[in-house]
Amino acid sequence: MRGKVRFMQGNEAIAEGAFYAGARFFAGYPITPSSEIAEIASRRLLKLGGYYLQMEDELASLAAVIGASLCGVKAFTATSGPGFSLMQENLGVAIMAEVPCVVINVQRSGPSTGLATRPAQADVMQARWGTHGDHAIIALSPASVQECFELTVRAFNFAERFRTPVILLADEIVGHMRERVVLPEAGELEVLERKRPRVPPEEYLPYQPDVDGVPPMSDFGSPYVFHATGSMHDERGLPNNSPENARRVIRRLHDKIYNHRDELTLTRGFAMEEAEYLVIAFGATARAARKALRLARERGVRVGLLQLQTLWPFPEEVVEGAAGRVRGLIVAEMNLGQIVHEVRRVVGWDRPVVSVAKSDGEGITPDEILAGLEAF
Amino acid sequence: MSISSLQAFLRTEALPHFWCAGCGNGIVLGALVRAFVRLELDPTRVVVVTGIGCWGKADDYLLTHAFHVTHGRALAFATGIKVVRPDLTVLALMGDGDGATIGGNHLIHAARRNVDVTAVVVNNQNYGMTGGQYSATTPAESCTSTSPYGNPEDALDICALADAAGANYVARSTVYHVRQLENFICEAITKKGFSLVEAASICPTHYGRNNRLGTPTEMLRRLREQAVPLARGEVGGDRIVIGRLVEREREDFNARYEAVRRRAVEGGRLG
Repeated sequence: MRGKVRFMQGNEAIAEGAFYAGARFFAGYPITPSSEIAEIASRRLLKLGGYYLQMEDELASLAAVIGASLCGVKAFTATSGPGFSLMQENLGVAIMAEVPCVVINVQRSGPSTGLATRPAQADVMQARWGTHGDHAIIALSPASVQECFELTVRAFNFAERFRTPVILLADEIVGHMRERVVLPEAGELEVLERKRPRVPPEEYLPYQPDVDGVPPMSDFGSPYVFHATGSMHDERGLPNNSPENARRVIRRLHDKIYNHRDELTLTRGFAMEEAEYLVIAFGATARAARKALRLARERGVRVGLLQLQTLWPFPEEVVEGAAGRVRGLIVAEMNLGQIVHEVRRVVGWDRPVVSVAKSDGEGITPDEILAGLEAF
Repeated sequence: MSISSLQAFLRTEALPHFWCAGCGNGIVLGALVRAFVRLELDPTRVVVVTGIGCWGKADDYLLTHAFHVTHGRALAFATGIKVVRPDLTVLALMGDGDGATIGGNHLIHAARRNVDVTAVVVNNQNYGMTGGQYSATTPAESCTSTSPYGNPEDALDICALADAAGANYVARSTVYHVRQLENFICEAITKKGFSLVEAASICPTHYGRNNRLGTPTEMLRRLREQAVPLARGEVGGDRIVIGRLVEREREDFNARYEAVRRRAVEGGRLG
């Protein structure tokens, strides 16, 4: 990649990625370990012609983000576990009303205030199922400062492309560490914009989908009058509580994500050829896993790594394919076991899957991952 | 005022509305739509944000841009809209449960921030949609479906809260004083900065029945008797003080924000 070489923090790269993707609105509420993103947004967005709002809580933060996005402005917020919990209510609004936005969750150790400054990866299931009701969600997880930048751009692209909220599940380690990053030039990475109406204003229906399941979106204040709603609705955005309509809407909201799994699945493979054992990891834990791979090779054991950048929708085909070529799997994550259940569901309960689970506010070490091998 | 001018804002095919016979909401909706017409607003440049509750269904009958959101959060959504589109007229329609109980914190901060949004709060003194439970504005001692032996809590004065938090315009009228209500809504929309109009209303189906207040007509008559113009200086008891309660000239949020932006672009900072 061309571009400027910089040395920066993961949270800083997330903010830079958002600006690169065209985000011009941030509303948030300070919370460790995500606050740097808010601070950078407050510094930069005014100069970029954008807006920084500090709201009264995380409920209001995501509400303001959704409101701004409905006016055609790419918008995001950043938080951590307790704030993420408060955002679950309006995350559902963004799903149901189909409003693109990006929610950054720099995960810390809970529950409750827990270890407020320590890392965790324990919001994986909250990201998937935290808001109420049947829904699909997209969640990405970066393992490096470079990925913080690039996956944030991707998150905005997915949000705009599918008219849906996207969650970036970072963690305290990745968010706060500093390393080399190459910031791409403008135009180097793809930046997507939402689909716009292609019919005259009087024919516009805000919830009439194209064949890909995604309806074109107008802005508040445009001649294309937009009745947006978090209630069950018809193509006009007006209430329709019939079972037929509800079935159609809930299914479409689900399918517009799940029918595009190929497009949404981002993974990285390391030393997977001829590997006897496979580690599956994401975020900061994938870094420890890469070191574990090298240590294992020194001991004569061939171990590969499948790093999941996309957590939701879960990359089923990739995991299934990779699992079929090895004798055993190790799933490492900073929680008591969340993604491991997805892996077991996909590969079958008869396959050897070892969970390296850790939930004490410390990152998983390469040795701890290697110790998982002893189970085989 | 012609029917056709009202039809520019009113989704007539959605009528009759779903509110109970005798409900005050239709009266407030009429006042709102007439205010839109009087102010010669363009429906494509108006955004109405509604919360949850009976009055939160008002957007179903409007032809403006609209956003029907979560319970209590309408003002937070409206803030995001108004900040990026200061050229649009943005309103939040909320009931007493929505706007002043679960949404009380957002009301405080929208008024403090002085964002140029108009809140029209219909106060029917209970949660109508869910079956008449007590809200933060239910009078002490009165009966609701969750205070069958009398409400142990005192009622919140929505207008006093908006005043204390710094709103530029606060007014209260009732669904009996229809012309005054319409005038206040016009003034509130025109006023820069945060404005709030409280419409004291009636809920014959729940609050009225639970407290044996009689027919809708009797409840409206009672409302007329309770209402006291501000100038008369009478307060207390079950009086409802009506009138223009607050008029300030605080610079609105967008104006403040652009001043901060100029400083940011010029490279300066305070201190």
